[in-house]
This record gives sequence, C-alpha cells and structure tokens, in this order.
Amino acid sequence: MTAVQNMPSRDPGQDAACRSGQLIRERGQHEVFCGLTSIMWLHRKMQDAFFLVVGSRTCAHLIQSAAGVMIFSEPRFATAIMEERDLAGMADMHDELDRVVEELLQRRPDIRMLVLVGSCPSEVIKLDLSRAAERLNRRLAPRHRVLSYSGSGIETTFTQGEDNFLAALVADSGAQPTQAPPASLIIAGCLADVVEDQFGRLFRDLGIADVAFLPSRSSEALPAIGPDTRYILAQPYLGATAAALEARGAKRIDALFPLGEEGTTAWLKAIADSFGVAPALFNRITEAPRQRALSAMAHYRPWLEGRKIFLFPDSQLEVPLARFLYREAGARIVEAGSPYLHREHLAGELALLPDDAALSEGQDVDRQIDRCLAADPDLIVCGMGLANPFEAEGHVTKWSIEFAFTPIQGYEQAGDLAELFARPLMRDVILSGTRRPAPGGAA
Amino acid sequence: MKLSMWTYEGPPHVGAMRIAASMKGVHYVLHAPQGDTYADLLFTMIERRPSRPPVTYTTFQARDLAGSTADIFKTACREAVERYRPDTLLVGASCTAELLQDDPGGLARTLDVGVPVVPLELPSYQKKEHWGGAETFYQIIRTLAGNRERPADIAPNSCNILGPSALGFRNRDDVTEITRLLERNGLDVRVVAPLGATPADIARLPEAAFNIVLYPEIADTAARWLKKTYGMPFTSTVPIGVHATRLFLAEVRALAGLAEMDEGDDGTDRMTWYARSIDSNYLTNKRVFVFGDASHAIAAARIAAEEMGFKVCGLGTYMREFAREVRAAAADLGVEALISDDHLEIERAIIEARPELVLGTQMERHIAKRLRVPCAVISSPVHVQDFPARYSPQMGFEGANVIFDSWVHPLMMGLEEHLLQMFRDDFEFNDDAQASHLHAVSPSASPSASVAAEEEEAAPVPAQGTAEDDMALWTSDAEKELRKVPFFVRGKARRNTELFAESKGIHPITVETLYDAKAHFAR
Ligand code: SF4
Ligand code: SF4
Repeated sequence: MTAVQNMPSRDPGQDAACRSGQLIRERGQHEVFCGLTSIMWLHRKMQDAFFLVVGSRTCAHLIQSAAGVMIFSEPRFATAIMEERDLAGMADMHDELDRVVEELLQRRPDIRMLVLVGSCPSEVIKLDLSRAAERLNRRLAPRHRVLSYSGSGIETTFTQGEDNFLAALVADSGAQPTQAPPASLIIAGCLADVVEDQFGRLFRDLGIADVAFLPSRSSEALPAIGPDTRYILAQPYLGATAAALEARGAKRIDALFPLGEEGTTAWLKAIADSFGVAPALFNRITEAPRQRALSAMAHYRPWLEGRKIFLFPDSQLEVPLARFLYREAGARIVEAGSPYLHREHLAGELALLPDDAALSEGQDVDRQIDRCLAADPDLIVCGMGLANPFEAEGHVTKWSIEFAFTPIQGYEQAGDLAELFARPLMRDVILSGTRRPAPGGAA
Repeated sequence: MKLSMWTYEGPPHVGAMRIAASMKGVHYVLHAPQGDTYADLLFTMIERRPSRPPVTYTTFQARDLAGSTADIFKTACREAVERYRPDTLLVGASCTAELLQDDPGGLARTLDVGVPVVPLELPSYQKKEHWGGAETFYQIIRTLAGNRERPADIAPNSCNILGPSALGFRNRDDVTEITRLLERNGLDVRVVAPLGATPADIARLPEAAFNIVLYPEIADTAARWLKKTYGMPFTSTVPIGVHATRLFLAEVRALAGLAEMDEGDDGTDRMTWYARSIDSNYLTNKRVFVFGDASHAIAAARIAAEEMGFKVCGLGTYMREFAREVRAAAADLGVEALISDDHLEIERAIIEARPELVLGTQMERHIAKRLRVPCAVISSPVHVQDFPARYSPQMGFEGANVIFDSWVHPLMMGLEEHLLQMFRDDFEFNDDAQASHLHAVSPSASPSASVAAEEEEAAPVPAQGTAEDDMALWTSDAEKELRKVPFFVRGKARRNTELFAESKGIHPITVETLYDAKAHFAR
C-alpha cells in the first residue's frame, strides 16, 4: 500500500514539457531488486535493530544471495519462512509468528528494535504485520520495540524498502511517550557514518544546532519531530518518509541531492539559507572542502569527459548521478532510467539534465537493452544480473548497487564517486591494451 | 513458519532455472514479482556466466492484483517466444504467483505458442531448490523423450550422462573428466544432460544403452523414469575419490558388457601416493566434520576415512530427500548422521565434535572461520570463489588429486608444523606472523582491523559457544601458558581445556589443568 502512495500518478506529459528530452514510461520485466534488499545497509546502520522478514524461501534466498550475506557470521536479519501449513489458517499464522519471534529473542536478547518486514507472499495473503507488531509491542515493550513495514517486491523496488522503514520510524517516534524537544533539522536518508560525521562537523561550524539524522545509529536516539522541525532529504527515494514527516508538521527544505561538489554545495546552501546562516560564513566554512572536492574530481574528469553513459533503473539515484556525471564530469547521458521518478523531489535535478538525455521510468528490460546496444555507450551503469553479460559482449559496465553501498555523498566523497565511474573505463584500457586517446593525469 | 538466517537451498523455481540455464534452446517464463529477478545474478555473478539465464519474469505489481495478472503472464509468454524463439518453453510460478493461482501451464496452452510447453508445478511452500531441479529435469524428459520408439540395435557401450547442471559444484569440470575417463574405457557417451543439452538431445536419450547418474540430486527421478519406461539401467556409484572411481568404472564396464579391467590405474592418480608419502603422516586421525549435499558429503566422508586416514567425527546433509543414504554412510563410519537445514544446529554439532578440519558448504566455511578451524568447501551452496578459473574437477582420478590438495592446504604442512613448534619464539614465527598459506581459509590470528571488524559484525557468542569471552575462567598463569601454544592450535587447546575443566568441575583453569587436558585428549 505504502508504495502505491509513493507513486502518485502524475501526468508525465506535463513534466516532459519542461525538457525536450524524451520521456519513456515502461511496463515490463524489471531487473531490479525488491525493497527487502535495503535491509542490507539498514541493519548495518542501526546496529541494535534486527530485521525479520516474514516471507518465503525466495525472500530468504534473495537477501542471502543478492546481498552477500554470506560474508558475515551472523547477520542482524533473518526470515520467518512461511510453509504450507501456515497458509492454511491465518489465526495460527499469528501464533507461529509469535513463536518465531520468541525463538529469535531468546537467541538474540540484545535486540532493541525488532522490525517485521512484509514480503509479497505475506501481503498477498493479507497477513497484517502492523497488527502483529502492535500485539508484540504490548508484550515486549519496553525491552524490545517492534515496528513493521513492507519491503515487498510487488510494492517496492530496492531502495524504497528504506523509504518504508524510515516512514515507519517516523510514525513510531510519534507514538513514543517520552519525547525530547523536537529536532530543528532532520537529515532523512541513510548515510554512511563517515559521511554523517562530516556533515555533522559542517553543521556545527555553520552554527546549526539540534540536527538529527534519520535513521540514527541507535534505535534509542530517534529524533522527535514537531512543527518547528525542518527536514531535508539526503536520498532521492524517500517519498513516503517525506509524507510521514510532513504529516507530523515538519517542513521540507528543497535542494539538489548532495552528490558531487555542486550537489553538496547546493544542498548545504539550502540548509544554511533556511537557518539564516550568513553567506560569508557559509563561504568560509565550505571553501576548503569545496576545493578538495573539485581537485579530487579533476583527477577523473579526463576519463569521463565526452563519454556516453547509459544508466539502467536500479536505485532511484540515477537522476542525481546523471546530473553529476553531466555537470561535473562532462559526460554525455544517453538515458537515465529510474524505477520511479519522484518529480517534486527531483525537480531541481531534472532541470539540470541536458535536453538530449532520455529519461525512462519503470522498465522493460529487453527493450531497454535494445536501446542501450543501439546507442553503444562507453559505459553502462546497471544491476548485477546484467553487468557480466554486457561485459561479455565487450561493453564496459558499472554495478549500480555500489552507489547504494558506498559512501558517495558530500565533498570528501566527490572524487570517490567519480572514480566509481572512471575505474571500469581505466580497467578497460589496461585490459584491452589499446592505449586509447584520452586520459592524461589519472592512470 | 521457520526461522532462518541462512538457507542451504533456494526455492524450487531456482532449481528449475538451473535446468533451464543448463540447456540450449529452452526458455523459462516465470510468473513472479520483480524482486525474484535476483536469481539471475546467481548465474551471471556467482557462476560468472557471460550470458543472462534464459528466463523471462512477469514482474507483476500490487496494483496488478486487482486486475488480471493472468493477462500479464500471457503477454510475457507471447513476447518471450517471439523474442527468444526457444525450441521448448518452460512455464511456472514463483512462491507469490503460486498464491494467485493463475495456472501458468493452462494459460500457456491456450496461447498455442507453437513449441512444446512444459508446465512446472513446483510447490514453493513445501519443496526446495534441488527438488525443483530434479522435477524440472524429469518433466522435460517426460515431455520430450516420452512416447519414443527405442531403436532395436543399441550399442551396449553407449550411455548418457545425467545430472550435471548450472550452479552445480564443479559440474562442468566433472563432465570433462568423466567423459574422458569413459572414453578411455571404450564407452560411447551420447548425451550429457541437462548441462549443454538441447531439446533434440533430450529426445535422443532413449537411444543409449544405459544412463550414468553423476548427480543423483538432479538426475535420480529422471533416471528412474527412463528405467521404468525404456528399461534403461543406471549407475549407482558417484565417482568421487579413488576407490569410488574404481567402483564406478567396474559398474560402468559391467553395464556395457566390457571385460573387467585389470587393477592398476592409468597413471593419473597421484592422490594415493601423496596420502601415503611421509609428509602426510601428520594427517593421521585428524578429526574431520563433513556436511553438504548428499553425494558430496557421503563421498567426502569415505575419502576422508579411507583415503586420507582422517577420523570422521561428523557427517550430515541438508537434503532430507537423501537422508537414508547419508544415514547409512554415517553408520558405516560409526557416527550419527545429522540431517538438518538449520545452520545453527549444524554449528552446535560442529562445536561439539571438535573437528580439526571442516569439509562443508559456504555456510560451514563461515562457522569454521568463526571457530578458527580450517575448512574446505566440498559442496553447494557456494560462493563466487568456488567457481575457480582453473580446471578443478571433483570426480575421477584427477578429481581425487584436486581434493587432496584442497583439503590439505588449509591444514598445516607436516614439516612446517614441527618447525613452528620448535621456533615459536623466533620473531618470524611469533603470534602475529601468519603462516604463508593460511590466509585463504583462516582470518588473521592477530587482532588486525579486519578481524576486529568481523568480530564486531559477528553475533554475540551463542550460549553453547566457544566461551572465549569468559577470561575469568583462567588463571593468568594458565592464560600465559596458553599463549605459548601456536596460534593455529590454540583455539582447540582452549576449547579442549575448557571442556575438560567443565566436565571435572575445575575452576579456575590452571597450568596444571591445561596439561591435564592435553593428556586427556591425547591420542
Ligand atoms: S559481490 Fe556478489 S559474489 Fe561478491 S560477495 Fe557480494 S554477493 Fe558475493
Ligand atoms: S519480490 Fe517479493 S517474494 Fe520476491 S524476494 Fe522480494 S519480497 Fe520476496
């Protein structure tokens, strides 16, 4: 349900009108993970939370295979796998879930926040997880808090799982009895700890106090939200979260997303302006990191300048990434695909894209592959299922999933972000042995 | 409902995908939500195949549920046939689509796509990956090789190889190895399936004299049906290990009506001599815990006991379908079989068995890593690194050679172990110095950043865990003495001593206790 709300159907023609670039809306096979996958970074971010997917063997296999769970000894997530006899009676299903939760808490008494994650099968049979969470909460609070959200593939793609989780957190923070005074600024969207710390220092230097990050690193430190709270998105896929924050009275600061020097400056500036920070102070504080970002970028620009890049839909980060590639690296964007375009949140980004870049929303992977091959781009940004087949045909690819897992936001990461795109191109040059014309400097 | 942190097997439709991806000219239309497309990367990334698996997903969404998901299925079917022009179409549903009851088989029939359609009914909430693979293989054979006339004059030395599939553990190399071996023995291998087979090849299966079941997990159902329908006998020995390879050859030669072979190998078996050589002396009675799919686990346990001189201290499988066979093999070796797909239970069993080497799957590799026990992978589920670039079969004589290497490497080399003992105070052999060949299987013994990070990631030690956290158990003298034990056996020394102390009610552990325990566990 949530994701349907996330997907306001707007008239695409109206948006396309602002750009002469092509807008392609597609409905066909999606080659995108479902929202369950975002558990992969959420469980690392919030270390006292445990994510219990209520789903099928497929869901369990997905999070295991797709996200390299196998690296860890014991992950902070699991699946309650529904079996045939569960499907017979719904009443028993709730008992079964309670039993599994009990078993889990016995093994992991350190869990502070237990998150029940809905899947396609649990939604199709209409297993009400929010009711289950309430019931469990009554029994387990305050030792453990229980939340629920949907990460199902029929409602969410990949990063939207995070969106639904954050929206659930916001709703829950309203339900918590003891409240600290509301935060003045909330940064919504998972950021790597190192990025969060960098931003934290910049806010401090800019004199902006009471800044809270959503999600916080501990389930206990959830921010209070009130009408005086302003929020800004650090990720472009947070439609439901934004709606939840606004429902609690918070007001959105509109900005580009903090990717690259330009995006980061615009993002910080929007915050600074909103808090009345003097322009001189802003310039003084951001001057040095801006220069660092620019010089780190300059290193990779020769590799990307003039290159044709095709972005398959994956994380919903595609539009800001395309903007970064075009504006800061001088690349040419053939097509920027996104599972879903949140036009309001992306308005600033879309305005900066070149007119000749095609935009696509949704996916029919076969047709998209045809378009991509016809355009013969220099670099294809795509999901894990497509990358090796493209490579085998002689194309250079970049796994899009890394943008969701790697720290890429902020000044200090601008060079890293550029390098993520440049590295496959460098590798191609090394391996093909053809010293192609280009790239000075970086090697 | 079953609590699961890791699964040994995927859902049954992943088994079906493995069969589809093994074959040529086959396409699978899978009624499934978008997230289920993750399965593609098992092939493109883990197995590192250069092409996408031949699967089209319908990718239905919540908003489609109110309308007709059946129409979405039909469209996907029609477009897939148009685009990929397969010789045979497989159709089926994943777990979510199964709940919608759209009946992909029935829908595909009404479409009349012009090619044979194999409808797959794979109950997702009951069955698992290997079952799905076996069932799919069987259904394909029934559809394409049913109602055939068996030729009158079939050469008695003609055979098919059944069972190798995409994502199977070293299957590609096994096929090469076994085919070579069979050909050297005068056999004529007609069809290998499903790996590399076309639908036309499948139709030719009844034209051979008998079948070789390389992987019963995939081929058993099909081989039984071919026997019932066409009277084709099939082999029962899986040729993993030197003994089993010999048995296999004898079995095959008998089926082909060939004379018994004189003993003596063909010069490719090095494993037998290596195991006998003096450098292998230190392998004597090393305790080995074996867990995996049924065939690999049974074979590994036999090799361990009979060909390497290890002591098997545990044997199990996650495949209930083959519990009987594994139980029998375990009984032969004097242990009780562990039939479970709950990795926590397997972890407990490993801790209890105190092995010095674990032979298992990707899961056991992690359990072993956590317990600081050397480990080699012998079976799926596996990781990208278990699809090596080099030729590394498990079957036949060369397979036995490969197995010897890959099991012995994680252990210390015999001579080196003594050197380390002798020179343990030498700066190059101190605690932080890593054995040159150990890094691949065991994390650094020094508290390096990566280990620290990993341990932070690891769960709090379970109740029956290693108890390494409880320092107060040890007097500081005993702790110091323990530090003198070389790091690669220190974990074991600690566990043994604590086990011993607990059983005797000793607290705290003193230097005395340490040596008492050492004497107690000495063999
Ligand atoms: S990238 Fe792929 S192969 Fe590598 S660890 Fe992750 S899931 Fe496994
Ligand atoms: S798409 Fe649905 S059924 Fe498939 S893994 Fe995701 S939540 Fe589970």
